[in-house]
Amino acid sequence: MARYIALIVAFVIMIGIFAAGLDRDPTKLPSPLIDKPAPEYELPRVMDPLLTTGSTDYAGQMVLVNIWATWCAGCRTEHEYLLELAGRNEIPIYGINWRDDRDAALSWLQQLGDPYVASAYDEDGRVGIDWGVYGAPETFLIGAGGNVMYKHVGPMNEATWQGEFMPRIAAQTGATR
Amino acid sequence: MKRVLVFFVALLISLTASAIDTGAAFEDPEMQARYENLISEVRCLVCQNQTIKDSNVFLAADLRREIRRMMTEGMTDAEIADFLVARYGDFVLYNPRKSGRTLILWITPAMLLGIGAFVIVRVVRDRMKMPIDDDALKS
Repeated sequence: MARYIALIVAFVIMIGIFAAGLDRDPTKLPSPLIDKPAPEYELPRVMDPLLTTGSTDYAGQMVLVNIWATWCAGCRTEHEYLLELAGRNEIPIYGINWRDDRDAALSWLQQLGDPYVASAYDEDGRVGIDWGVYGAPETFLIGAGGNVMYKHVGPMNEATWQGEFMPRIAAQTGATR
Repeated sequence: MKRVLVFFVALLISLTASAIDTGAAFEDPEMQARYENLISEVRCLVCQNQTIKDSNVFLAADLRREIRRMMTEGMTDAEIADFLVARYGDFVLYNPRKSGRTLILWITPAMLLGIGAFVIVRVVRDRMKMPIDDDALKS
């Protein structure tokens, strides 16, 4: 009898492990940057190559850093939402235009609208590597202290904002108050 | 006819020879060997079951370029691995490290083997204690 109970327990444990594995998306990798200082960078702007933008622009501020490109379908999907979020003035959004063509990026911003305070132009993907970017769109939440608080891979939408970003923002602003 | 056939077979085989890594080789053969070894240990995170040596996605090309740069700057293989893990996480290395959170990957198989050996020894011992049933042989 004890033998059967042991077998059943082992079976249930295995089912539990497999069931937990089913819900996980293997293309979404945990970022080792969470709770670490956000990578520093300084790059020409998409809008004006003579001006630069970078991590010093938002020092001491809580911001979103959004990795985007015109070749990225998910970026097109989230663009409307980013415009809406920027319009609500809840948080500044900084863009990093990753491995893109400047002309394409410019006409994208001019035709679809520009949700970003500024977009950095990461032509050769060097800054993208520092951020551990592997699939645009990616959105990082940077705390006022300069640490990465959260990373979202995939298009942004209201559900993600409410479910993942807002609670973290509330927790930090509550703690510093 | 035969020559035509040989020509087309050769043409087919040649497809696999198309180079993915278009960068120039290191002049020092030792460096080149190190480089080849490194890029066949790093996972392409866009196409997760390929190394950056086998992938022609631009991220793989970027990482090959960075590894090349770090090597020419004199960084050791371990330092380059640290650089990649700090940015992309443990998953980026095909051969996980034997420390920290990845230790479980190395311990679990040995543990399961140990449990298996223990169970077999127990079962065999129990069976050896059983009386031998001669009646079954006689009939």
